[in-house]
Amino acid sequence: MISSARLRRLSCALLLALYGLCGALFSQPALAQDISAPLAQLATDNYADTEAALGALALSGSPAAAGIVAALADGKLVFSAAPRQVFLRTETGLVDPLTLQPVADPPAVKPVRVNNRVRRAIEAANGTLSLVSPDPAKRLEAATAVARSRDTAALPALDLALSKEADPKVKTALTLARASIVMGQPGVSDAERIAAIGLVGAEGNQDALAILQGVPADSSPAVKQAAADAIAGIERSLAMWSMAQNVWYGLSLGSVLLLAAIGLAITFGVMGVINMAHGEMVMLGAYTTFVVQDAIRTYNPGLFDWSLIIAIPLAFLFTGLIGVIIERTVIRFLYGRALETLLATWGISLILQQAIRTIFGPTNREVGAPSWMSGSFDIGQLAITSGRLWIIVFAILVFVALLATLRMTRIGLEMRAVTQNRRMAASMGIRTNWVDAMTFGLGSGIAGIAGVALSQIDNVSPNLGQSYIIDSFLVVVFGGVGNLWGTLVGAMSLGIANKLLEPYAGAVLGKIALLVIVILFIQKRPRGLFALKGRSIEA
Amino acid sequence: MLNLFTQARRAAGRAAVGATALALAGLTVPAHAQETIKVGVLHSLSGTMAISETTLKDTVLFMVQEQNAKGGVLGKKLEAVVVDPASNWPLFAEKARELIAKDKVAVVFGCWTSVSRKSVLPVFKELNSILFYPVQYEGEESERNVFYTGAAPNQQAIPAVDYLMENEGVKRWVLAGTDYVYPRTTNKILEAYLKSKGVPAEDIMINYTPFGHSDWQTIVADIKKFGSAGKKTAVVSTINGDANVPFYKELGNQGIKATDIPVVAFSVGEEELAGIDTKPLVGHLAAWNYFQSVDTPANKDFIAKWQAYTKNPKRVTNDPMEATVIGFNMWVKAVEKAGTTEPDKVIPALIGVAVPNLSGGFSAMMPNHHITKPVLIGEIKDDGQFDIVEQTPGLIVAEEWSPHLEGSKDLISDWRSPLNCGNFNVKTGKCGGAGN
Repeated sequence: MISSARLRRLSCALLLALYGLCGALFSQPALAQDISAPLAQLATDNYADTEAALGALALSGSPAAAGIVAALADGKLVFSAAPRQVFLRTETGLVDPLTLQPVADPPAVKPVRVNNRVRRAIEAANGTLSLVSPDPAKRLEAATAVARSRDTAALPALDLALSKEADPKVKTALTLARASIVMGQPGVSDAERIAAIGLVGAEGNQDALAILQGVPADSSPAVKQAAADAIAGIERSLAMWSMAQNVWYGLSLGSVLLLAAIGLAITFGVMGVINMAHGEMVMLGAYTTFVVQDAIRTYNPGLFDWSLIIAIPLAFLFTGLIGVIIERTVIRFLYGRALETLLATWGISLILQQAIRTIFGPTNREVGAPSWMSGSFDIGQLAITSGRLWIIVFAILVFVALLATLRMTRIGLEMRAVTQNRRMAASMGIRTNWVDAMTFGLGSGIAGIAGVALSQIDNVSPNLGQSYIIDSFLVVVFGGVGNLWGTLVGAMSLGIANKLLEPYAGAVLGKIALLVIVILFIQKRPRGLFALKGRSIEA
Repeated sequence: MLNLFTQARRAAGRAAVGATALALAGLTVPAHAQETIKVGVLHSLSGTMAISETTLKDTVLFMVQEQNAKGGVLGKKLEAVVVDPASNWPLFAEKARELIAKDKVAVVFGCWTSVSRKSVLPVFKELNSILFYPVQYEGEESERNVFYTGAAPNQQAIPAVDYLMENEGVKRWVLAGTDYVYPRTTNKILEAYLKSKGVPAEDIMINYTPFGHSDWQTIVADIKKFGSAGKKTAVVSTINGDANVPFYKELGNQGIKATDIPVVAFSVGEEELAGIDTKPLVGHLAAWNYFQSVDTPANKDFIAKWQAYTKNPKRVTNDPMEATVIGFNMWVKAVEKAGTTEPDKVIPALIGVAVPNLSGGFSAMMPNHHITKPVLIGEIKDDGQFDIVEQTPGLIVAEEWSPHLEGSKDLISDWRSPLNCGNFNVKTGKCGGAGN
C-alpha cells in the first residue's frame, strides 16, 4: 500500500539520485530532502546504526545520497564524535556531505567503519539508487544486486524502474528481481506468487534455487507445490551440469599435472634419470616469474599484463641452464646408477630449496595475475575461470611444442637416437655427452615454464616443488615411461578420475583411492598405459 | 720399510684421535665461568614449517636483545641458542634434548605444530625443563613443563562462531579443515557447540583436505552449492598454512565474496596474507588474540622496534609473535620473582604472573598453564591488514579441557598444590584423565 504522495516522492527521489536536478525542477518544500537524521546516525562505530542509516539514505532520495554511499564504500566517509557529524574526505580535505563545501575548521575524525553487514547494505543501497541509471549495464547490475539482497524496501523503486524500463534484458532482470522479492513477502496473492515462482524457476541456476527455497513455510499448498516442482526441475538440470563441471575441473587438474610432469617425462621418461630435483625446477620457474614481476612493478608497471609472457622464455633459459649445470657437474658421473642418482638429486633439491629460502625468505611471495587471466564466465550453468582455461591452453601448447622439438628438429632426432641406442648414436658421430646435457636442460627448462603457470594457482614458496614431485612421477609412470603421449593421457585421466571421485569420496579418500588404483594398474601393466616397444627398453 | 711406514701411519692416526678428543673437550667444557643465562629456540628454519616458524625465532632473538639492553635477567646477560629441527618431528625431540642436556638452557621457546609439541613432551618431562608454546592449538592438554601462550579453542574458535551468529545471522556452517589433529578436534568442539545452539545436523557440512591441497575447484563449488540453500552460510576454516592461498584464490575465481559467504579463518594472519593479492578477500574474517592493526601505544612501539630490528619497514607482526613476546616477558618476570632459573622454582612462580599484552591489557598465567586473552575478530582489508570489527570486552580464560567434548568435560587442570594435576577428573576425584 503506497500512497500516491509517497510514490511521487519516491519517483522524484529516484530521479534525484540520478540527475540531482529534482530539487531545481520541483521546488516544493516536501522535496527538500532532510537527511540530517540518517547522517547523524552514520556518525557512529555501531554497525547496526550504519546499516539503518544506509537504508534510510537509499530511500530518502536526497541528491547527496549516492555520493555518500559511494564514499562509505571507499572508506572516505569520516565522522567526528563531538559534534556527531559526518564529512567526506577528499584529496583537498574534509568537505560537507550535503553542500560539498570545504570544512573550515576540521575536527578530529575517524572513518565510518564498514564490515560485511554494512557492505551488504551498501550493495543493496547502490542497487536501489542506480536502478534508474542511464547506463543499461549499471541498471542490469543494480537489478541483480537487488535480486540478491531481496530487500523488500526496494520494491517500490523496482516497480517504478520496471514501468520505465525499455531495454528487454534489463527488464527481464528487473522482473526477476521483483519476483524474488515478492516470493518471500507476506500479503501477496497466491497467483502472483506462483507467477513469480515460474519466472524464477525458468532461470534454472543456483541463485534461483536459493530464492525458491526461501518460499515461506506458511504459504498455501498450491504455492508450495509450484515451488517444489520448480526446485525439482532446477535440481535435475543442475545435476547434469555438475557432471560437466566435474569433467571440466578434471581437465583443469589434468592440465596442471601435465605441466608439472612434462619436464619429468624428458629427464626421467626419456633419459631414465630419477630426478628428485624436478619439483625444484618448477619452483625456480615460479620464482623467476616473481623476479620478473617485481622488476616490472619497479621499472615499468604498464607492462604488467605481459609479465607472464616475458617470464616464460626467461624461466626456460634460467632453469634450463641450472639443469645443464646439474647434469654436467653431478648426474653425468652417475648414469646407470639409479640409487645414487636418486640420492644425489634429492640432495640437490634440498640445496636449491634452502638457497631460495635464504635469498627470498621462507614466506610466500606474491605473484599477481594479469588482467586477462582473472575473472570467469559462464557457459550454461558451467562456471569457467579464465585462469584455468589459459592454463589448459598453455599446457597443450607446451606439449605440442615439445613434441615438435623431439620429432622435427635436429637436436630432437639426436636425443631420440641417444636414448634408443647410445653406442650406435655415438658411432654415427653424435656427441652423446652434449646431447645428454641438452636433454636434461630441455627437461629442466620445460619444468621452469610449468613453474610460470603454476605460480598463478599455487603458493610461490620454497616448498612449491615438493607438492608436485610425487604427482609428476605418478603421471609419468602411469602414462608409460618414455612416451610423451602417455604422459598426456596419463595426466588427463588421473585428473578427471580424481575430480569424479572427489565429490563422493572427499579429497583425502579420493586421493588414496586413486593411488591404490594406480598401484593395481602398475601391477597389471608395469610399463604403464603406453609401453615403449622395441629393444632399447630391454637394455 | 713396510714396518716403519705402518708405524708412522699408526702414530699419525693416534695424533688425529688425540686432536679430535681435544677439540671435543674444548667444545664441551666451558673455558670460562658461565656468565650468561641460555635461552633455547626450537623453531624450524628449514622444511615446510620454516614459512611460519622463522619469524618466531627472530622474535625470540629480538626479545633477548631487548632484555639485554635493559640489563639482562638476575644481573646476567641472556644468550639465545638456536637450533633447527627442520620441520622433522622426531628431530624436534633430539634437538630439545640437545638444548636442555648439552647446552643447559634455562628455558625453551619453540614448536608450532601439535605433533612437534607432542614429540618433545617426554624430553621436557624427563629432563625437567620449561617449554613456552606460542601457537593456537586444539587444547585437550595441560602439562607441568609446558606453558601455553597461544589460544585454546574457546579463546578463538567459539567467539568467532558467536560473532558470525550474532552479527551476520549465519544459519548454515561449513567447517573446512586440513586433515590433522588441530582441525579435527576444533571441528568436533565446534560441531558440539553449534548443535547445542540449535543448529540442525543438515546445516553443518564438514570437509577435510590433505596437507598442501592446491586444487580447490570441487570443494569451493560444493561450498557455493551448500551456501545457496536460502540460509545465510559461513565457512569456518581451519585450513593450514600453504593450502590457504589457493583456497582463497579459488574463492575469488568463483566469485564468492565475503558479503555472500564469509570465511572465518583461524590460521590466516598477516604473514600468510603477505603472499597473496588481498583485494578479492576483503571482508573475509580471521579470529586471533592480536592483530598488527591493534591501535594501542604499546603495539605501535613494539611494531616500530620490531621493524627497526629486522631492518624491514614492511615486516608484519602476527598473533603467535605476540604470544611469544608474552611468554618471554612472563618467564623473565617469574625468574626475577624466583631469584633463580631453576625450573622447579620457576614453574610455580610462573602461575599468577601477569604481563601487559599488546592489545592494551594484561595477560595472566593461570593455574592451568594457559593465559588469559582478549579475542579479536578482524576483517581482511585490501592492504593485507585486518580491520578489527569486534573485541571481547574482557579477557577470556582458557578452557584447555573443552566442556563440549565427551572425553574432557569432567576434566580440570590445576598445577598448584595440593592438586598438582593436569587432568583431574571432578567426577571420580582422581588425577588421571577420563578413563576413571
